[in-house]
Amino acid sequence: MSTPESAFGAASRLGPGAYWECLRGIVVREWLRFVQQRSRFLSALVRPLLWLLVFAAGFRAALGIAIIEPYDTYITYETYIVPGLACMILLFNGMQGSLSMVYDREMGSMRVLLTSPLPRGFLLCGKLLATALISLLQVYAFLAIAWFYGVQPPVAGLLAALPALLLVALLLSALGLLLSNGIRQLENFAGVMNFVIFPLFFLSSALYPLWKMREASEWLYWICALNPFSHAVELVRFALYERLNGLALAVCLGLTLVFAVLAVLSFNPQHAALRRAA
Amino acid sequence: MPTALPTRLLATALLLAAAGPALAATAYVSNEKDNTLSVIDLERMEVTGTLEVGMRPRGLALSHDNKLLYICASDSDRVQVLDLASGKIVKELPSGADPEQFALHPNNKWLYISNEDDALVTVVDVDSEEVLAQIDVGVEPEGMAVSPDGKWAVNTSETTNMLHWIDTTTHQLVDNTLIDQRPRHVEFSKDGSQLWASAEIGGTVTVVDVASRQVLKKLNFQIKGIHPDKVQPVGIRLTSDGKYAFVALGPANHVAVVDAKTYEVLDYLLVGRRVWHMAFSPDERLLLTTNGVSGDVSVIDVEKLKVSKSIKVGRYPWGVVVKP
Repeated sequence: MSTPESAFGAASRLGPGAYWECLRGIVVREWLRFVQQRSRFLSALVRPLLWLLVFAAGFRAALGIAIIEPYDTYITYETYIVPGLACMILLFNGMQGSLSMVYDREMGSMRVLLTSPLPRGFLLCGKLLATALISLLQVYAFLAIAWFYGVQPPVAGLLAALPALLLVALLLSALGLLLSNGIRQLENFAGVMNFVIFPLFFLSSALYPLWKMREASEWLYWICALNPFSHAVELVRFALYERLNGLALAVCLGLTLVFAVLAVLSFNPQHAALRRAA
Repeated sequence: MPTALPTRLLATALLLAAAGPALAATAYVSNEKDNTLSVIDLERMEVTGTLEVGMRPRGLALSHDNKLLYICASDSDRVQVLDLASGKIVKELPSGADPEQFALHPNNKWLYISNEDDALVTVVDVDSEEVLAQIDVGVEPEGMAVSPDGKWAVNTSETTNMLHWIDTTTHQLVDNTLIDQRPRHVEFSKDGSQLWASAEIGGTVTVVDVASRQVLKKLNFQIKGIHPDKVQPVGIRLTSDGKYAFVALGPANHVAVVDAKTYEVLDYLLVGRRVWHMAFSPDERLLLTTNGVSGDVSVIDVEKLKVSKSIKVGRYPWGVVVKP
């Protein structure tokens, strides 16, 4: 196996074509995996759709009492939770991506990828990007269904949301990768799902606006306001209505960088091998 | 808090400005609890001024040349006349006690005013400021409309549950039509062949044939997730092409869109709390609604049948008119 130094040395002699070819390989592999796992695609859609069609239906009239940014008028609860549910898809996929990373490491296919002479950081970021792109397809499939259900943000907003969704997808994939580095084996991952996904999702502005949380309790409000996932949801919510939430953008950009750098630095393909040796 | 410090893209602001129809119309909204009128520039979609008027302003009507605005100052027991060019009250008309709604005859001279406390309709000549007639009607008169040909003035009485047909040539009450409980508002179709009347407690809208004064159709409203008791129709507006009727459903916080030909309810649009009265922009591309409890005006895009914006005004907005 090549060391990072020698890989870098080799990579410096490779042209941009090699990078492109490698990235394409990673994305195509992720795409093929996605196409072959239809159930994964369906489950990624069913989850937010259940929230939209069943959960939100009961709260339909609950929110029509105040106008909140970025909306210009009163909205139904369904309209409110769609950005949160889009981010929910990204959250599950980001975590699932890291699950597959653990799997790859256990099964050794990650080691095959890392035999590439290109820098490890590039390979891992390529993997993050591939996961993110696949997630975007699922988000837009969900938004299309929501559109027919009556949640219709402006068309320009659907386009404006693309970079926001991509950034959030990268953020959550990077977080997933970082977490997967701390996991020694596949079985431990269920715990992470419970201790990461649920708190991130429920303690955010995905299901209720923060002013509603504040009515319930001040400390709950502050937890939700500081939760990075709230910023992710608000970035997407504002973008869907053609606005920019500067604070949310700064938080998401900053955290994506921090998580990605930490994930690359802490990545150790030897984990599985070491465990086997022990 | 992510929502606290939103920064808007310049491009977005431009887009939003471009999305609003390019018309230089002005809306006037009476704020019942503030004793003011809010002035909304419909091009910019924002409140550009507030005018002090009499106590508890409710019904509003424009003179046919759009130069004067008539205001029912209910608790001042008079109708005020505002000169729109100067923004000053230029006249106060004797209206009888507690005027609530009124309608201007096509001759631009006779104002038919319902006096809620006295079970009367008062007819005032706006030029000579004389009371021409006082007509006994049912208990708690409210809604008022004059037919486009000027032949009929119709008043609704909230407690008697009737439409009272007044012949404008004799100023005599000639017929009554019983409709559902608590009729609040009446509106003639553009061609004058139909009269639409809302019943607040009955929860219905009745369409009456003007020639025969017989009921043509009764409309019911059901909104998913909203208790039927909250469906209380008040304001009605009909597009002049005869395509749509819009019905404000009070505390149901929705405006019903009705196909005016088939009488089928096409959609319910979510607006602010306790929506009562409405007015079209001159090109009928926008419909403004007054939402009393939430203190704002919602703007409906008539072409898309979507609510595009809600604009904060004073406390308890009641009536609205739009000047071209």
